[in-house]
Amino acid sequence: MNSSALIHAVIDGVLTGSVYALMATGLTLIFGVMDIINVAQGIFVILGAYLSYALSVHWGIDPFVGLVITIPTLFLVGIVVERAFIGRLKGPEKTAMSILVTYAISLVIEGSLNMIFSVNDVQISASYVTKTFRIFGVYFAYIYVYGFILAAVLLTALYLMLYRTRFGASIRASLADQTAAALVGIDVKRVSTICFGIGIAVTAAGGMVFGATNAFNASTSYDLISRLLVIIVLGGMGSLGGALLAGILMVTLEDIVGVVWSPVWSIIAFYIVLVIVLSLRPQGLFGKQSARIA
Amino acid sequence: MTTLLSAQSITKAFGGVQALNLCSLDVEKGSVTGLIGPNGSGKTTLFNVVTGYVKPDAGTVTFEGSDITGARPNKVFAMGIGRTFQLTRIFGRISVLENMLVATQREESWLRGLTRSMSSKSELDAAMEWLDFVGIARLAKLPAGSLSYGQRKLLELAYVLVADPDVILLDEPAGGVNLTLINEISQKIRALNKEGKTFLIVEHNMEFVMNICDSVTVMHQGANLVTGTPAEVRSNPLVLDAYLGGGEEQDSIEEVANG
Amino acid sequence: MLQKKNLLWLAALAIALFVPSIITNPAYRQIAVITLIFTACATSWNMFSGYSGYVALGSAAFYGTGAYTMGLLAVHWHVPASGDMFWLVPVGGLAAMLVAIPVGLIALRVRRHTFVVITIAIFFVFQLAAINFGFTGGTGGLTLPYVPWLIQDYHIPFYYVALAILVFAIALSAAVRRSRFGLQLLAIRDDEDRALGLGVKVFPVKLTGFAMSAFTIGMCGALYAMMQGQIYPQFVFDPIFDISIALMAFFGGFGTLLGPILGGLILESSQQYLTVSYSNGSLYLILFGVLFLLVVLFMPQGIVVYVKEWWTKRQDRMAAASEAALAPGINS
Repeated sequence: MNSSALIHAVIDGVLTGSVYALMATGLTLIFGVMDIINVAQGIFVILGAYLSYALSVHWGIDPFVGLVITIPTLFLVGIVVERAFIGRLKGPEKTAMSILVTYAISLVIEGSLNMIFSVNDVQISASYVTKTFRIFGVYFAYIYVYGFILAAVLLTALYLMLYRTRFGASIRASLADQTAAALVGIDVKRVSTICFGIGIAVTAAGGMVFGATNAFNASTSYDLISRLLVIIVLGGMGSLGGALLAGILMVTLEDIVGVVWSPVWSIIAFYIVLVIVLSLRPQGLFGKQSARIA
Repeated sequence: MTTLLSAQSITKAFGGVQALNLCSLDVEKGSVTGLIGPNGSGKTTLFNVVTGYVKPDAGTVTFEGSDITGARPNKVFAMGIGRTFQLTRIFGRISVLENMLVATQREESWLRGLTRSMSSKSELDAAMEWLDFVGIARLAKLPAGSLSYGQRKLLELAYVLVADPDVILLDEPAGGVNLTLINEISQKIRALNKEGKTFLIVEHNMEFVMNICDSVTVMHQGANLVTGTPAEVRSNPLVLDAYLGGGEEQDSIEEVANG
Repeated sequence: MLQKKNLLWLAALAIALFVPSIITNPAYRQIAVITLIFTACATSWNMFSGYSGYVALGSAAFYGTGAYTMGLLAVHWHVPASGDMFWLVPVGGLAAMLVAIPVGLIALRVRRHTFVVITIAIFFVFQLAAINFGFTGGTGGLTLPYVPWLIQDYHIPFYYVALAILVFAIALSAAVRRSRFGLQLLAIRDDEDRALGLGVKVFPVKLTGFAMSAFTIGMCGALYAMMQGQIYPQFVFDPIFDISIALMAFFGGFGTLLGPILGGLILESSQQYLTVSYSNGSLYLILFGVLFLLVVLFMPQGIVVYVKEWWTKRQDRMAAASEAALAPGINS
């Protein structure tokens, strides 16, 4: 281990972590507003990656430009999935059933992607994926910086929408208390549908960056979803700020453990941190204290 | 008269909201004590502190002379303090009778539950007797979730009674219930009180409180304001001020802080 | 009525005892054993998750623990490759139970939505540990002593042991449903905080249920390992295992006694059959996913409740019809 490897790990952690934070924000938003645990988030990321890949391979569209197409596409996919399946769930076991339903959706998408693209790994290519620059004595591909900027822009846009618009206010109200939100006249059903759309739409951007920085196939989604779930639990389920911070924190930690000890330990450290944090703070870093009353 | 249950100088804040501020309350053995006050004056929070659902920031709760401050709800119940909730809480997907049986084991070790059947003959009899007492014995086999609102209130009262607690805390027993049922409930309370049960009741229905209580404590802004007989309290000018002056709906704030 | 019910159970058991004589193809016998194993897991999963409402999606950690306990002990204790290895099956169960206690101590402290996710996370810790620690043999797998029974009848002893485990799981689930402990689990499912306020010691009750369910699942894992003769981390610590047993329970009827049994028998046997018959994995994923969606969306309470409600409605309609026939002129 040397210091430049450590610097590399930290910078990579922050840059890559922000992309994970974006994907996790979508997941935690869906949980917070709807009580839905969307285990299909992983496969939607891969779907987003494949869409960007297909656009760039078949039509030569730059992955970043392609987002103009892929983000609205996944938003629509999200709306359709919510209307067709998720929105129908009700009753006391809604959350548990949401896992089964979204898992089933993820199986269908996984099977379809396997049939269309085969199970061989692919990676999105562009000039900035391979071109590097030097900072603090370590080399980085431009894609990491571009990905970070993209995640930052989208997260800022998301936060502005949530905190500066009327619709955002109704989302935040639904996050705090769905029943109360319905009582003050918020159309929680519509809010839910759009939130699901937004939660899925961010995976288009996340998936594009992921697909440009990693080789992937459909089954990569398992690894992705398990990380995203850990991130939102660690941040506190339903907490947007928690997802943001935990995303960056966890990926950085993973990278650091990877260089200090070994890559084998890095992913285990990821889960061990989760277990330790939860033993001390069961509600996660920023989660709401579990209510005994009401 | 001896003091059965006592809360001394209880303080509790949720975030920035001071729900209880040096609140004290004594419940005499064998009495029916009323607890009234404007919305947000901290009545339910006091209940939650006494029954172990909320840990106070400061102050002590004693029951029969022993300190129970901060004890867990199951411990508090095992000692003989039963309560109902403002928003009635029953177990919706098991039968009415099974609801009763959940509460029949207040001092039993949890290990024992593994080896014994759901109910003994005597527990079944006791459960049916109390269901009969509140008048819903014929519904025993139905899933509790299918009961009407009033029937749920009665069930909740019955399953608290089946454990034979020494003191029973009722949170708005007359809330959202029709007049006939209100009268029925107050008759039950009187009958039980005659047999020696102690009651502490939070209620907004003044007629109900004034009719049934031996002693009434008025709460205002998280503290006890006045204590006395119903007649004394009614004529106290401070009480009127409290109701007219400080009635901002702080309940909702408290809920937000809670949840 | 009760008598009739018991007779039905006995009849089912009698049929189950004769299955190996009816099915003679070893491939199909293996399907039968795996079906029993999964049904036992689903029943036992439901005994905790279905009764308490705490949906655990990391039970594969216990299955894998059972499997590796069998594998490692058989190898290191030099257990002869014979029926003696069956004695390690309950040991695998015990190991899984011991593992479940610390897991439960962490996971059961949180609200149930978070619990689901934590069990998934803890499961991944186990899977990664099995892949990365040297003593498990890593991804290369672990080879067990291979019992030299004839290929034709190799699966018969496994079948009967699996059946015994299933009977044990059903009996345990039924006994729990009738015990005070089971009532407490159901009360926790409906309103945990209220149960606490009625004297139920919720934490030890939940932990006991969790550990009990891990015991049976661990035995199943151990049996599976012995039958396969070779185990790999990615197959005994398999996330699909968790989803499958949960689906079986939901398919049949979450929280009911009969539900997971029906769900397991139907789903696992058809899944195994499809895998053996069609090799196109992707098409299979799509079909399985679609079936899954149909079940959850159209029979959200499972077959058992669905059929029961249909039956009651039918009875009501018939009763109403006969009443109407008896009282002519009043309603017309």
